[in-house]
Parts: sequence; C-alpha cells; structure tokens
Amino acid sequence: MSARQRHLKLDLAAGRVELSHGAGGRAMAQLIAEVFHQALDNEWLRRGNDQSAFDVAAGRMVMTTDGYVISPLFFPGGDIGSLAVHGTINDVAMAGARPLYLSASFIIEEGFRLADLKKIADSMGRAAREAGVPVITGDTKVVERGKADGVFISTAGVGVLPHGLDLSADKARPGDKVLLSGSLGDHGVAVMSRRQNLAFETTIQSDSAALHGLVGEMVAVAGAGLRVMRDPTRGGLAATLNELAQQSCVGFRIDEDGLPIKPQVAAACELLGIDPLYVANEGKLIAIVAPEHTDAALAAMRAHPLGREAAIIGEVVEDEHRFVQMTTAFGGGRIVDWLAGDQLPRIC
Amino acid sequence: MKYVDEYRDGKLARGVAAAIARDSDPARNYALMEFCGGHTHAISRYGLEDLLPGNVRMVHGPGCPVCVLPVGRIDMALQLAAKPNVTLCCYGDLMRVPGSRGNSLLRAKAAGADIRMVYSTLDALVIAEAEPSRDVVFFAIGFETTTPPTALSIRLALKRDLGNFSVFCNHVLTPSAIERILACDSDGVRIDGFVGPAHVSTVIGTAPFRRFAQDFAKPVVVAGFEPLDVMQAILMLIRQVNDGRHEVENQYIRAVTEHGNRIAQAEVADIFELRENFEWRGLGQLPDSALRLKDAYAGFDAERRFALDDISASDNPACECGAILRGVKRPAECRLFGTVCTPETPMGSCMVSSEGACAAHWSYGRFRDHARRKTA
Repeated sequence: MSARQRHLKLDLAAGRVELSHGAGGRAMAQLIAEVFHQALDNEWLRRGNDQSAFDVAAGRMVMTTDGYVISPLFFPGGDIGSLAVHGTINDVAMAGARPLYLSASFIIEEGFRLADLKKIADSMGRAAREAGVPVITGDTKVVERGKADGVFISTAGVGVLPHGLDLSADKARPGDKVLLSGSLGDHGVAVMSRRQNLAFETTIQSDSAALHGLVGEMVAVAGAGLRVMRDPTRGGLAATLNELAQQSCVGFRIDEDGLPIKPQVAAACELLGIDPLYVANEGKLIAIVAPEHTDAALAAMRAHPLGREAAIIGEVVEDEHRFVQMTTAFGGGRIVDWLAGDQLPRIC
Repeated sequence: MKYVDEYRDGKLARGVAAAIARDSDPARNYALMEFCGGHTHAISRYGLEDLLPGNVRMVHGPGCPVCVLPVGRIDMALQLAAKPNVTLCCYGDLMRVPGSRGNSLLRAKAAGADIRMVYSTLDALVIAEAEPSRDVVFFAIGFETTTPPTALSIRLALKRDLGNFSVFCNHVLTPSAIERILACDSDGVRIDGFVGPAHVSTVIGTAPFRRFAQDFAKPVVVAGFEPLDVMQAILMLIRQVNDGRHEVENQYIRAVTEHGNRIAQAEVADIFELRENFEWRGLGQLPDSALRLKDAYAGFDAERRFALDDISASDNPACECGAILRGVKRPAECRLFGTVCTPETPMGSCMVSSEGACAAHWSYGRFRDHARRKTA
C-alpha cells in the first residue's frame, strides 16, 4: 500500500459519517470496504455484487425481515448490531428452520461517529460468525442530520425447513403445554437502565442471543410435537400468548409461581411500575408442545446452554373468549391482557 | 425482593383468607371501599376477590388522581401544550386521558406539541435547567402524596432562579372526597367501612380520618399497597363491623404515624393554599378540595402565567364513571364498558389509568363477568 493511500483511510477514531458516504461515489465505496466488509467479511461479500447467489437444498424455505431502531444503540449485553443479527436469526428459527443467510441494510444519520459505526459493524460480524449465519448482501444509505436517530438497521434472513415440519400460530390445541426457555424481561430492563430519562444502575444484561441451536435440538427430539414457537420480543410474554390465543382460537392458563424472573429484573420493574410479563426479551422462546412430546422437548431445552432454566409455565385451554388467565402467586386469578398503548409508569 | 416478597406471600394470604372466612358473618353483607387506586390495582393484580367470601364486596373508590381529573383540566393542559415555546412535562398516566373531541396529550404530541413524559417533578426541573429557552410546565396532579414533591420543585426552582419553570397545579385532597362519598351514602351506596389510603397517610397521618370514624360512624383501616396489607385491612374492618366499632386503625404501621410527615406538611402549607372549589370527575364541584399556588409564588403558577381560563367540559352522557367512582355501579354495569370504552379507546377516565376501577377490571378481572353470566 502506498503512503498516499494510507493517508486516505477513514478516520475511524474521530471521523463522522458524511452525506458523501451514501452518495455512491468513492467515499461510499471506502466506507463499505473499511467498515462493513472488514467486519462482516465472507466469500459472498468479497465478490462485491449487489446481490449474492447461493445453492439451496430442495424443500421448503422460510424468509423474514425485521427493522432495528433501538435507543440507546449500545446497552448492557449487546448493541444494535448484534441485535439485528440475533433477532432475524430467531425469526427464521421460530419456524423450526435452520437459518442460512442474512442481508443487512443501514440507514445512517449524517454526523454519526465512525467509531460507533465500526463498533456496531464489528459486533454484527462477531454475532454472525458465532451463529454461523453470514451477512451476504447489504446496502448503505446516509440521511441528513435529524432525519434518523444515529443508525437504523434492517436485516432479512432465509433458512430451510426440515422435512415435514409445519409450525404455525394457529396450531395450539387445548391440552398442549407452554414451555419457556428462560428468565423473562432481561433485555427490556437492560435497555431501560440506559435510557436517558430513566438511567439506573443494574447488573442485568440483555439476553440477546441466536436461538437456532436450541431450536435445532428441540426439533431433533420433538419435531412432530412442536405446534408453535415464538420469541417474546416487544410486548413480552403477555403479547405473545395473547397473539397465539387469537390465532389458534384458544385460551391459556399460566401459573405465576412457575415464571422465571430474576430478582434484579423484578426489582427494576417494581421501581418503574411496570409488569415483567410485558417486558421485551431477545434470547428466549416460547414453545407450544403436544403433551406427549413435552418431556422430550423440555429435556432438550435444559441440556442446551440457552435453555438451562426452561420450564413448563402453563397450558392451552378451551376458551371462546381467548383469555390468557394466570393464577397469581397470591392464589387468586387474573387476566394477562394485551398491553394498551405503551407501558406507562404509575404515579402513586 | 426483600421487604416486598414478605407482603406477597401466598401461604400467609391463605391464612388471612381463612380468618376472613371464619370471622365474617354469613348472615350479612360487607361493602368495603378501598379509597386508593393503589389498593384497587393490588386487589385486581393479585386476584384478591377470589380469596374473599361472596358476602364481602370491595367497592372501588375515587382515589385514582387521573380518574378524578375533569375533562376540562385536560383541555387546559392541551391549550398549554399548544402555546409556542411551551414544553409540557407530565406523568405517563396522563398521556392517554381523553380530553374534549377525542384529543389527548398523546395525540397532541404526535401532532407536534412538545410534551414529555417524566417520572418525577425533578425530571421537569432538569429539563428547565438544560433548556433555558423553553417554557417548561409541569402538569402537577395527585393527592397529598405527590403534592410535597411539587412543592419541593418550586422551592428548588426559586433557589436556582429558574424563571422558565412553572406548575399547572391539579393537586386534590383525600378527606374532601371521602366526605362527599359519605354524604352520597343515601343514593344507594351503603359503605360499611374504608380501607384508608397508604401513601397519602404517610404524609397526612391517620388523624384526619378520625372525624369520618366519629361523625359518620364508619370504621377506617389505613393499609399498605401490598396484597397482604389489603387482606389484613379487610379482616380488621370485618372485625370492627362485627363488634359495632368505628375506629381509625393503622395496619400500615411500618410507614404511617398518627400525625404524618410534618416537614412535608409544612412545605405544602407554605407554598399552596385551598381553592374555594374544584371540579372532580364523578363527584362534581367540591369546596375546599384542591390546592393552588399562593400569590407569593404566582410566577410559578402556569394558570396565571399563561392566563388560562377555567374550562368546563362535559363527559360522554352514557359514561358511568361518576357512579363507578362513588361505588354506586360496577364497571360491567356501564353500557360503554368493553364495547366502545376499552383501555385502547378510553371514553371515561376510569378506563385510562391502570389504577382506575374500569381499567383494572377490564385488564385483570373481566373473565369473572363471563363466569358469573354462566352461573346465572
């Protein structure tokens, strides 16, 4: 490399994203090469096409897409980059599928620090490598200052379905069991602890993780008995169960005593006046499983590092009203309803 | 969680439930009003109704500050938020309360008004300090619990010379509301006793409730907001009713004293004075029931600073919030409940705050209506 070229390298320590980095010229090519290709490097990206070709096995595929607009961009246990990889892998995996490839599209605000962009891209690359699911195509846009909030990322994912598997939200049947892979609310509380107007000290880390390995183990032992899987992200466990109740025309009965919630998460929720059942997760799954396959599925979950605390938290019941009902730890009954609007703090 | 889990212990609850079942007289009914929204929330959230015998009925009182705020005051806040250069700071519960013509602070915010949700009045002060060019108004609301923090914010604003900070004051007084409910006793509610407020009593103490026990011959048990507190208070009330006693008892001794927090009381007395009249949703105009800033602090009074006129707006005529707040009707007896009025599209204030009787019943307890209909 000549001295002149070295001089032209991006200033990743103090530089900022400029409109020219999205204008299609040399600056954009440089940003892509020095930030994105560097971080996400693989044989497909190296070919430098606007798309990537790949071979697939015969059978059924799944495809999904998701946008990431999280604030703050960096939080305990992750950042928008790792989240954009994990979240989309999980959406593919919840079909029971094996994720193959991702795409990534970045909308960056003018003035965004290059150091932060690099940190995000590196984190994304690390997450993709650890998951074994490469980002094989991408896009970069830069918008004027004030037209975005730092950076937004969209990722899409494709995967292949094992033969004969057909999970769907309308398949929960009375008598099926509800399995949860681990503790609730970690991600939401970790993110809230860093929000500007709420900042509080907590040791809680986001649970952001790719769940396809765990799903693979479950499919291997209980594939035929898996009715539905969902990752309870926005709206938490409550939103997911209410959605499934609607789609399957059933009700749920869950037991508050059986819900795994870390004491720090419970304490933070208490402080903020919010209910952990409505708080987001990014590394947990809910599986509705036929009763005869429950033991095998639960054992497979507990044998996997991401499912060690897996538990049966309830069951599917007949209910024309499609209520999610919970027996409280106190011994009474209540509904776990849809969330109305945002979770708002109570005032006294 | 230390000091929390102890008060949510299911085993202990079953013990208290057994005592309630044993002590309550099957030959009579007990209608007990929990005044506070905090109690209503605990009762619904933990399913306490399931632990009580059929002849013990909890009547949900008006102690939810959002619920008793009349539509006109929301309209005034909307007017404030529409003024150029105003940043309106409010607690989250207020954002979705419908004003007139379906408008709300949430909608006004979406349309471009600078409305910010804060957790504390001190957050509003921080905004005023950080953005000296904005007129920062804190939408102050609540009973005696939230009044001292508002007083403190004015004290601090004065000390820090924050000329861009003011308060839209909607603070109201608990005893006035209880008195109105007791005065309405003739319109069909027969309350046998009150679960007295928790946090309010930490400030005002148990003494102000003595006259209700004496003049109206109603037992009052001041109780904490945890479910075991509520269960124990119910047991204490049932015992008073059975004995024919009407005393003020304090279940919440870990936080409440007879005379309350005198420092907070002095601070409030220094900054606020009584309004002659104030409109309460569901209860109407109540004399000496609310506070405003004294003349000495007029500069911090948003109503005077922005020359706001009082607005009186009427509720949806079919809305039964008024009767529900007085305990005359149950949420399910309102025609709007669950049809056009839900937490997503609240018509009445009881459906807005999670502490409101309708929202609590809708969100946690409406399965019981279906069960009741089935049995009937």
